[in-house]
Amino acid sequence: MSAAIAMERLEPAPERPPADVGLPLRVATIRRVVPETPDTSTYWLTLADPAERARFRFEPGQFDMLTVPGVGESAISISSDPAHPERLAHTVRAVGRVTRALGALGSGDRIGLRGPFGRPWPMAEAEGGDLLIVAGGLGLAPVRPAIFRAMRARDRYRRVVVLIGARGPEHLLFGGEFDGWGQWMRDRELEVALSVDVPTDDWPYGVGVVTTLFDGARIEPQRTTALVCGPEIMMCFAAHDLVVRGMSPDRIHVCIERNMQCGVRLCGHCQLGPLFVCSDGPVFPFGEVVDHLEAGR
Amino acid sequence: MVPLASCRKAGEPATFLREHRERKSEGTEPVRFMDRPAFGRLLAELARRGYAVIGPTLRGGAIVLDHVEGLEDLPRGLGSRHGPGVYSLLRRDDDRLFGQAPGPDSAKRFLFPPRERLATVSRPGGRLTVDRAADGEPPRYAFVGLRACDLQAVLIQDRVFLGGPYRDEPYEARRDGAFFLAANCTDPGQTCFCTSTGTGPWCRAGFDVAVTEIDGGMVAEVGTAEGREVLDAAGAREASPDEIAASDRAVRQAADRIDRRPDLRGIGEVLYRNAGNPVWDEIAERCLACGNCTAVCPTCFCHDVVDTASITGQEAERSREWASCFSEEFTHVAGGSPIRASGASRYRQWLTHKFASWRDQFGVPGCVGCGRCVTWCPAGIDILEVLAAIRARDGERDHDERHRTAVR
Ligand SMILES: Cc1cc2nc3c(=O)[nH]c(=O)nc-3n(C[C@H](O)[C@H](O)[C@H](O)COP(=O)(O)OP(=O)(O)OC[C@H]3O[C@@H](n4cnc5c(N)ncnc54)[C@H](O)[C@@H]3O)c2cc1C
Ligand code: SF4
Ligand code: SF4
Repeated sequence: MSAAIAMERLEPAPERPPADVGLPLRVATIRRVVPETPDTSTYWLTLADPAERARFRFEPGQFDMLTVPGVGESAISISSDPAHPERLAHTVRAVGRVTRALGALGSGDRIGLRGPFGRPWPMAEAEGGDLLIVAGGLGLAPVRPAIFRAMRARDRYRRVVVLIGARGPEHLLFGGEFDGWGQWMRDRELEVALSVDVPTDDWPYGVGVVTTLFDGARIEPQRTTALVCGPEIMMCFAAHDLVVRGMSPDRIHVCIERNMQCGVRLCGHCQLGPLFVCSDGPVFPFGEVVDHLEAGR
Repeated sequence: MVPLASCRKAGEPATFLREHRERKSEGTEPVRFMDRPAFGRLLAELARRGYAVIGPTLRGGAIVLDHVEGLEDLPRGLGSRHGPGVYSLLRRDDDRLFGQAPGPDSAKRFLFPPRERLATVSRPGGRLTVDRAADGEPPRYAFVGLRACDLQAVLIQDRVFLGGPYRDEPYEARRDGAFFLAANCTDPGQTCFCTSTGTGPWCRAGFDVAVTEIDGGMVAEVGTAEGREVLDAAGAREASPDEIAASDRAVRQAADRIDRRPDLRGIGEVLYRNAGNPVWDEIAERCLACGNCTAVCPTCFCHDVVDTASITGQEAERSREWASCFSEEFTHVAGGSPIRASGASRYRQWLTHKFASWRDQFGVPGCVGCGRCVTWCPAGIDILEVLAAIRARDGERDHDERHRTAVR
């Protein structure tokens, strides 16, 4: 059971942790807004302060808290290349107060940004083996930095397989740049497969939920690390499917979404069993969270 | 110094807080005594030192914590009666100041206020600027008469706000400036169970001065150098062996009177493995989801962050406000149903957090046995009964498995 209770005031840690309640809220300028799907756009941001801009680094899978002044704050994953942290993409679906208010802003407008927060995708741990990236819908945004990272360090991985699913072709993120991007991926020996639930007449790729792409992906369970991102139900189906194919639940990583008010482990909203999704996650080995997800905690 | 007896008698079942931290006998530090006038001088000395003195005081039929100017603001000769959904004050046949069990307030309301401004965002001429909320110097509180459970609750909130990877500065500023004149409990309530959580009735750590009220005055133990100075300034004399014995007896008797002795052994594991127990549904049918329990709980820390704009839109304020895991919005995610949509899942979250996941997060459970959530539950739900029911029906599962919503 619990450690013996020693309730005296905790000694301050030798290196004091950062103070981060509400602040530092940095100021970021919207440089460009790229519409992706009927309800989703990518916002390219640069930090207004040059020194902060030069210092900012992030890891694939981390997120920022974006503030629309006077409206509120939302957790949004960084969707751009971690090799270029001086310009930050955030791909946002307009679903509520903050995300719709963001939609009303454009190039030159300023917003608030705190971050980056959270446990990233295990890019180093996956080195030496195969990387299987599975993205459903908006879930492509949080794994996109992982794809960039893998492309830039291509020789550190064996196969890199990217499976992308969406409701329909018009819901495919980064579609505008997709052919170019897809070609770029193929040039760097990334294997890419696409599938949509509801195809159009001229859709040349797969049809069905993203897990239907597993059969063609020639997954070698013993040497693969999977990064799975999408709606929770899709991640659970995909993870269970991969377990059945012989993968260890600890090498399947999922990205969990929960209500977040602070992003720094203080507000309590994102608790999942004993875990704080904001800082213990949002990326978790499936084995670490499956019981909590199934208990509905 | 006379070491006080442990609140747990030999042979009693081990509680979930296995080891009680005994006060160290320092030998040289004398135990003090204050008669009523000296105690009054102590309050004045705290005010003179610039503290906002906060203590129990009578307001609208309840003992709340508020500013106290002097002895006359403290409740005199008042006792309290507590039960599930029941609280009342009663007249005692003496003139004790600390003759009641804690009321609905705890230090939480001051160190972590219900609403507080965190920052101001303005855009003069369209340029966004951010300011740390500057509401002047943080208040320096001197808490008077805080009971052992509430002192432990402060130490637990320290772990929440200061022990993690991100330090909560507004909390820290108030916490660092605070003075604690704690009171060993001599009159526990009927919903108290601090002897089982290992958090009372003795104050064991975290105080500047700890007093025990006996006939004629207060026996006082020094916790810090400032505590000693304050006692000196009040003219507290050395306590006699009889006075010390009387204080020891008073708290021991209080411990003996606490008859709620829940079996908390392994309770965390019991709760974790009973997420699908039908007991949660049964309790949820009674629970009004009012959130009273989370508001009165001295350790509950969950909050919302709220942004509001001025009418002109040129200024915005960021605040935080207490939130409750009993509300549906607590787990709202845009474009979906809440993660914990059922009342049962929310009740389960509260109790499982207190007795299981809290321990995994912060190294200690989140319950100090103060009984407030029982006393101030309008539905009279008693967490100890819920815990006992879960234990008695360990392993029972909801047949329709409503909770295994798994994947929302
Ligand atoms: C780690 C993480 C990464 C995310 N990455 C992205 C992303 O890359 N792109 C994207 O479009 N969305 C992302 N989301 C979801 C996004 O945070 C919500 O869609 C957004 O907060 C909705 O806010 P709103 O004000 O528009 O909605 P409203 O329904 O008006 O929400 C009100 C408030 O509730 C909270 N809230 C509501 N939904 C969520 C949610 N799903 N997650 C967390 N808090 C929520 C927010 O505090 C919000 O301000 C992510 C969420 C998390 C937790
Ligand atoms: S859970 Fe109830 S008894 Fe325990 S500390 Fe909170 S209010 Fe007190
Ligand atoms: S348990 Fe009682 S106090 Fe807590 S939310 Fe339910 S009705 Fe309110």
